[in-house]
Amino acid sequence: MTELSKTGAAVGEPTPSSPSDAFLEVRDLKVHFPTDDGIVKSVDGLSFSLEKGKTLSIVGESGSGKSVTSLAIMGLHRLGARGKNVRMSGEIWLGGKELVSASPDEVRRLRGREMAMIFQDPLSAMHPYYKIGDQIVEAYRVHNNVSKKVARTRAIEMLDRVGIPEPAKRIDGYPHEFSGGMRQRAMIAMALVNNPELLIADEPTTALDVTVQAQILDLIRDLQKEFGSAVVLITHDLGVVAEIADDVLVMYGGRCVERGPVDEIFEKPQHPYTWGLLGSMPRIDRETSDRLIPVKGQPPSLINVPSGCAFHPRCPYADLPKGNVTRTVRPELQQVDGGHWSACHLSAEDRTRIWTEEIAPKL
Amino acid sequence: MEGNPPIMRRSALAAIAAIGSATLLVAGCSKADDNKDGNGGSSAAANAATKGVVNASDKKGGTLTYELSDVPDSFDPGNTYYAYMYNFSRLYARPLMTFEPAAGSKGNTLVPDLAASKGVSSDGGKTWTYKLRSGLKYQDGTPITSKDVKYAVERSNFARDVLSLGPNYFQQFLVGGDKYKGPYKDKSAKGLASIETPDDTTIVFHLKTAFQEFDYLVSAPQTAPVPQAKDNGVDYVKNIVSSGSYQFQSYQDGKQAVLVRNKNWDPKTDPLRKQLPDKIVVNLKVNAETIDKDVLAGDAIDLGGSGVQAATQAQVLTDASKKANTDNTYGGRLVYMAINTKVKPFDNVACRKAVEYAVDKVSVQTAEGGPIRGEVASTVLPPDITGYSKADEYATTGSKGDVAKAKEQLKACGKTAINTNISARSDRQPEIDAATAIINSLKKVGINATLKQYPSGKYFTDYAGVPKFTEQQNIGLIMMQWGADWPSGYGFLQQILNGQAISQSGNTNLSQYNNKSVNDLLAKAIGTQDTTERNSIYTQIDKQTMDDAALVPLTYFKVLLARPTNYTNLVSTAAFSGQYDYLNIGVASK
Amino acid sequence: MISYILRRTLAAVILLLVVSAVTFAIFFVLPRLAGQTADQLAQQYIGKSPSKADIAAVKHNLGLDQPVYVQYWHFIKGIVSGATYDLGPTTVHCDAPCFGYSFKTHQAVWPQLTSRMPVTLSLAAGAAVLWLVSGVAIGVVSALKPRSFFDRTFMGVALAGVSLPMFFTGNLAILLFTYQWPIFGRTYVPFTENPAQWANTLIPAWCSLALLYSAIYARLTRSGMLETMNEDYIRTARAKGLRERKVVVRHGLRAALTPIITVFGMDLGLLLGGAVITETVFSLHGVGQYAVQAIDDNDLPPILGVTLLAAFFVVIANLLVDLLYAAADPRVRLS
Repeated sequence: MTELSKTGAAVGEPTPSSPSDAFLEVRDLKVHFPTDDGIVKSVDGLSFSLEKGKTLSIVGESGSGKSVTSLAIMGLHRLGARGKNVRMSGEIWLGGKELVSASPDEVRRLRGREMAMIFQDPLSAMHPYYKIGDQIVEAYRVHNNVSKKVARTRAIEMLDRVGIPEPAKRIDGYPHEFSGGMRQRAMIAMALVNNPELLIADEPTTALDVTVQAQILDLIRDLQKEFGSAVVLITHDLGVVAEIADDVLVMYGGRCVERGPVDEIFEKPQHPYTWGLLGSMPRIDRETSDRLIPVKGQPPSLINVPSGCAFHPRCPYADLPKGNVTRTVRPELQQVDGGHWSACHLSAEDRTRIWTEEIAPKL
Repeated sequence: MEGNPPIMRRSALAAIAAIGSATLLVAGCSKADDNKDGNGGSSAAANAATKGVVNASDKKGGTLTYELSDVPDSFDPGNTYYAYMYNFSRLYARPLMTFEPAAGSKGNTLVPDLAASKGVSSDGGKTWTYKLRSGLKYQDGTPITSKDVKYAVERSNFARDVLSLGPNYFQQFLVGGDKYKGPYKDKSAKGLASIETPDDTTIVFHLKTAFQEFDYLVSAPQTAPVPQAKDNGVDYVKNIVSSGSYQFQSYQDGKQAVLVRNKNWDPKTDPLRKQLPDKIVVNLKVNAETIDKDVLAGDAIDLGGSGVQAATQAQVLTDASKKANTDNTYGGRLVYMAINTKVKPFDNVACRKAVEYAVDKVSVQTAEGGPIRGEVASTVLPPDITGYSKADEYATTGSKGDVAKAKEQLKACGKTAINTNISARSDRQPEIDAATAIINSLKKVGINATLKQYPSGKYFTDYAGVPKFTEQQNIGLIMMQWGADWPSGYGFLQQILNGQAISQSGNTNLSQYNNKSVNDLLAKAIGTQDTTERNSIYTQIDKQTMDDAALVPLTYFKVLLARPTNYTNLVSTAAFSGQYDYLNIGVASK
Repeated sequence: MISYILRRTLAAVILLLVVSAVTFAIFFVLPRLAGQTADQLAQQYIGKSPSKADIAAVKHNLGLDQPVYVQYWHFIKGIVSGATYDLGPTTVHCDAPCFGYSFKTHQAVWPQLTSRMPVTLSLAAGAAVLWLVSGVAIGVVSALKPRSFFDRTFMGVALAGVSLPMFFTGNLAILLFTYQWPIFGRTYVPFTENPAQWANTLIPAWCSLALLYSAIYARLTRSGMLETMNEDYIRTARAKGLRERKVVVRHGLRAALTPIITVFGMDLGLLLGGAVITETVFSLHGVGQYAVQAIDDNDLPPILGVTLLAAFFVVIANLLVDLLYAAADPRVRLS
């Protein structure tokens, strides 16, 4: 289980001054984009850590900041035309190196070798003009000074490993000649070609067929066991989370609203938003009509984040706590127990009552 | 001569797209180093080449470059009608007679070239005999005979389906000219009977009527000898056999011609040519702006000789050092407005005189481009044509027109107002501008003229040159420009004033002027042997025409030539529309 | 693939036939419809005061006395097997491919075209290299730093480049670089004669022409790059840890350039048919100048020849572009 530092546990997020044992540690990460309309606070004070061999799942709606977080770790949004505009603060420790203050080239050297990424849509994420094999070879040779031939052997090996039949033949195929599942397998092969210690998978199954989804998740899980990498899995689908995550981090409006071990989150979720997410999870054993209506309303604006609890405009229980506290005071993360944290003004009693009486029966 | 459309030797009017502002701006950029100029030839004053030979020199060697924005009709001396080709072709094709390389009207003096002396006439001017110089040779060393001259005239005048681009005066004037089929069809050894070659150095022409200016006629390149054995019709242009001081080294159609010294040309047979440059290059289809720049840089001559572009004109005239190397000279042409004597009320001479008085010639001159492009005219003959005599019958204060006198004439004509049309060529902007200026002056006296525009390509064949058309369309006033085929009163006046030369299409007697005394005077002049007497008749005709107010002289056309400083022996001659005489230009340096 | 090329070639031949027929119709049928008689057409080729017999002779030489379709048939036949023209004293045999014979200049069209082609080719090829390199380079840099000083400056220059007419830029280039500072030569020298001189005399023309086009290409490249650099696969390339330069060139430019191939092929094809204004301004004796002269003279055979040549290049360029595109983008299939 993830070890979160206990310092300052009573008041909000932990802010340790030295890296812990965790392989990946994110502390008070802020990623802001100044625009003509104002500052977009995509990620606004996020902390978490992750050990090798473990899987952390970041869940939330689109626009909650989960993808931006992953790109921030990879150092990818400092690049390109918009790169100049991003404002980043906080710390990202990866295997003892701090990435936010590191030079772009240092981060580049880590990309693809120490940390790799799998993207949502393997069709658009792979270059249409180059052969699958060449793209994998390229990824390998960036970090390994080997001949093309050696790299090609390695690529075939990887394609074989991710379960692509006849890899020696398919290596010369183009992305558009692969099926969706095969493409994602190839993408994974490309990401893992350098044995990265951190694998970030951004919605790796969303664009895939339901039957293929399970295969891909199995693959990721198997590979993680084999390579011992840490995995950050970004998804909005709690079904996926239940499959492979060790820990879950729920994001809303650029902040963490709840996090904890996967069993805790599924059995004793503390945040109304987490309840909503659980309610939107498809269950084969239930009739759709019985289910709780998921989260109503629109995701919050990241420029004018609602005051108090960012979730209050959509929260059915916003009026339960006394006074106007949900609208004026931003709730900090509070320890529920062990590694389970939640940021909600509702009292522990109310939360337990509502979960056991109103929510859980409908799931 | 009836039925033959009149002919006018063409002077190339450069008509490249107006670059206007761009070039003016460009011109501004190059001001900086003007003062440094003045390399090479001795600096002469402006118009120096209209008064004498500039940079006179016998220095040999170098390459002389001609540039032309267009392509000539042909380099074949028997198939060209451009004035500049008449001028240039003499370097490789010697006609019987030619003009003395001299300044201005002095350049109109005829001198023998291939012939040993001027033509000897007998039979009252109907028979003309020329003796060739002795020792004449072609570039290949074979001797030139009078038969080659006869052949040259036959091929150029009588085979119009093959060589169609030159004029056909010989066909018109020679006895039996209308029957002879030309040397390509008529293979008989005798050829045209009215040209006799009793021996290898004598040639005799038999004319239908007396023609005292026959020497002018044989100055055309059509009399330059062509060896029949080497003639292959239109393809002769590719292998012209030189009789002059230069011969073709290469000829690329539409691109370039290179001439080098003709080793078989013997200076003893030729008092006129000097053979100065080693090489003469003619570059064709050169951008008109580029030509101006090269000429100003001192190392090219504009072969067309039609003067600099408007933008260049502005540039050189505002710069004293550049202006010193220009020649503003008459182009042997008259810009005028014909008054159609067959369109009412202009059949009445008083009404015509009203127009004469009404026109503000200064405004017309301005419309044509100012004094650089033409001098206000008051006679039919321009000053650089033999027979010109100064006169101004309808003089008005400052040539600006006289409303009172015009109205007086109008009254005499029995009119207070006239409605008529004025025609001009739609693709000639200065002509349209001039017509507009005329319309404005006429309005002041009560003559309302409406502008009618026709394309210049069909101006004579379909519109202004079709009497029926002008009468039906009530075209009383017709804009016109005229240059002579040879620089004499007859050459100039015959086609535009002869009442017997009015044709139903392609007419150039646009006034449809048919005064018996003028017709008789023309006939008398051409039969008069004495030059002074002949010239006085031309003056008489000029005066009679003005008395009858058959046309309104507007301006004596002028060109502004830039004089290349690196070249020698530059002299602007009236014989070739004010162009420099191309016979003896040499290279000063480089 | 082979059958594709064969089919395209056949289509090209048919297209060229149609183009020739249309051009032919414009010059021979339209004037007739407008009321011009064969005699009048023939008269244009004669000059002054022709007799009836002269007109008849010329009419016969030109074949104007035959029905239009027969004339057209003779033209097509000439291309395949040559033709013979009766010119009075001589007959001229025009070898295949005979694209007609100009009765105004008394030259067969095909040798004129082939002798002028190197000039036009030199002009077009040199300018094309220049504008492609400079246009793409400027476009890429602008796209990588959109709204930067460089971007704004060069896009401004590009706009000016597109708007300024060749009459201006060309004449300015001539004035500045061959007169004011005589760095470059004035008269064209064939490549085979002296390559250095060849380039030296053509540089002002290349630059002027390239300015016109590189402006367009810079804009095309810029927008293409801006679009491409937002693609997912660029993010992937970066995620691999590739250096940014490699990301831009190997992944970004490769994709952004592919559509530009199409435009480039068409532009080059059109130019090979004669860079009319550039050749006029720079006094280059190329195909375009030949066409202008022929149009001035109302001389059909050269016009027909140049039109066909231009159409040929455009068709060939089209075919090459399609093949290139297929080679560049594996998703495209030729069928």
